[in-house]
Amino acid sequence: MKTIVKHRLFWPSAALVALIAINAAVRPNFVKITMLDGHLYGNLIDILRQSAPLMLVSLGMTIVIATRGIDLSVGAIMAVSGAVALQIIAGSSEPDNLGVVAWAVFAALAVSLVLGAWNGFLVSVVGIQPIIATLVLMLAGRGVALLITGGKITTVNSSPYKYLSTGYLLLLPFAFLLAMAIVAIVGAVERRSALGVLTEAVGINPEASRLAGVRSRGIVWSAYVGSGVLAGIAGILYSSNIKAADANNAGQLIELYAILAVVMGGTSLMGGKFTIAGTVIGVLFIQTLDSTILFLGISPDQSPVFFAIVVIIVVLIQSPSMHRWVRGLKHSPDKQSPVDAPSDAEVAA
Amino acid sequence: MTTLETAPANTRTSFASRYHTFMSRHGSLMPTFAAVAILLVIFAGAQIKFGNFITPGNISALLLDNAALLIMAVGMTFVIITAGIDLSVGSVMAFTGIWLAQMLQSGVNAAFAIPIMLVGGALVGLLIGLLVQYFDVQPFIASLAGLFLARGLAYIVSTRSIRVEDPTVLWLQSARIHIGQFYITPTGILALLVVAVGAFVMQFTRFGRTIYAIGGNEQSARLMGLNIARTKIAVYVISGFCAALSGLVLTAYSGAGYPRNGIGWELDAIAAVVIGGTLLMGGRGYVLGSMVGVLVFGTIQTVISFMGAEQSWTRIIVGLLLLLFIVVQRAIVARAERRR
Repeated sequence: MKTIVKHRLFWPSAALVALIAINAAVRPNFVKITMLDGHLYGNLIDILRQSAPLMLVSLGMTIVIATRGIDLSVGAIMAVSGAVALQIIAGSSEPDNLGVVAWAVFAALAVSLVLGAWNGFLVSVVGIQPIIATLVLMLAGRGVALLITGGKITTVNSSPYKYLSTGYLLLLPFAFLLAMAIVAIVGAVERRSALGVLTEAVGINPEASRLAGVRSRGIVWSAYVGSGVLAGIAGILYSSNIKAADANNAGQLIELYAILAVVMGGTSLMGGKFTIAGTVIGVLFIQTLDSTILFLGISPDQSPVFFAIVVIIVVLIQSPSMHRWVRGLKHSPDKQSPVDAPSDAEVAA
Repeated sequence: MTTLETAPANTRTSFASRYHTFMSRHGSLMPTFAAVAILLVIFAGAQIKFGNFITPGNISALLLDNAALLIMAVGMTFVIITAGIDLSVGSVMAFTGIWLAQMLQSGVNAAFAIPIMLVGGALVGLLIGLLVQYFDVQPFIASLAGLFLARGLAYIVSTRSIRVEDPTVLWLQSARIHIGQFYITPTGILALLVVAVGAFVMQFTRFGRTIYAIGGNEQSARLMGLNIARTKIAVYVISGFCAALSGLVLTAYSGAGYPRNGIGWELDAIAAVVIGGTLLMGGRGYVLGSMVGVLVFGTIQTVISFMGAEQSWTRIIVGLLLLLFIVVQRAIVARAERRR
């Protein structure tokens, strides 16, 4: 029992299960999943489907945060990627042609890759603080997206493109399966090769890993490239879902939700150890909370208050001074051994 | 440096040495000078291109249009010099603005409503400051919580825009004090006052020097016996207060409160502060520099609307300027480290 509670994924999972249980108790319909035409339907399936863009962005963010970085530009990259894809489809004579859609997706991903590489260049080669380096693109990216769409909201009617976000494959929504497949691939690459360990090494102590012969530049750079491409895919899914490229609102605030998902999952913002499974749980928690708030009849505009409360609770739980305080409650204060202090630092790190 | 004994050579070297001394003592002023230079270049270029750019009306409008951002940037400067960051300011501005409009609509006297909304903004700042100081939460995350909180609160107050008919608040915007052909509004005076007070506090008070010390090296500042906790909390309170003040100015400017105001303003404010020469690693920067940064931002916006180009260019150009300044800062810091 103690080992289960000690497991790093215990608290995020417990929070997710508790949230689903509360929902199920208040409205039994919430957990009902029905089968129709060989597809599964229900609230939980909707949550899985809608979570795809955030899942992809958070996945990229996890790796970037593991290198002690942060990528604020993901929302802007989403907007650019959606704008590129839809502009190509809208500009073609036959938007239903699979080749056109494939070319549009390819072009959008290529642009996202370039933007991610730009971020990585600023951080790993020029040596600019990640927050600031990605802030540049966060500011300029939406402007670029607006220029691509000509300041309008480009809309398209293309069934292959629409399939990406609303289609089904083997019972489950295609978008969710796509997101999970990408999570599995990234997870396998990070954990089955040395890349994950090297990423953590760079995040825990850049100087020490450099002295140990780790080529941190390439690792950090690739993290931002990956984050850019994943944000690009998320942008395609988002624009496919609303069938429009909205340069102002696509991916609005998603960087903040992604950071929240990563932190909730148990990856520290100080870099180093990361957990992809934790991020997946964090994303599902956020998406479930979002759906819960909607169900409560609270306007989606007001939901940030709840997220603020969640952020505050999460950071308080993670904060070392809170740990000291709780430990002080458990033991009498004079027993508080100095040995506790380093373990505090570990939790924070 | 070689010191020559002969008199004529001496004057030459003393000019060079004076230049070197100035550079090494005031190296941190260089980015701000660069910002001033860029501002002048933009002004000159626009005047040559359009012929009617530098007019009293235009210059006066520049301050009027950017008063809210200017006030916000002053608060942000305090936070950034302590090596912190405050993402909540745009939301706090929206929240306090709509709250003010709502209070005025329900008949609260402006003399009560305005202090209440200012305190509200300061309280959000206090929350962020407490999280940062006592719970070791990173400023980025703590102010992110503040951003979500204030944005949600704004929508709880009202999801639609509320018109303001209170004469006192509208007076802040509509009154014009003419100085020759120039004019200034009470909001503009307020903004300049905030800049003046901010610059005075940073340069000439113990509190201001403590802020620089914390940003330079928090550990050393603590060992020097400076009051870190109080100062760090205070800068977030100041930033929240300034954001609320900009909420008042924006409400007067637009004649209404609107919960969607100020989305992305925190980035504009950060960009203006950085362009104005404040180092994001903390420890260096000037309130007056931030004013220059805001003016650069506003002038670019004016130029783009003069050209009839799309406003989306503003963001792109500001992004590029931001990049330029960050690279310059990086070079300055690298030079300082090499010298050490």
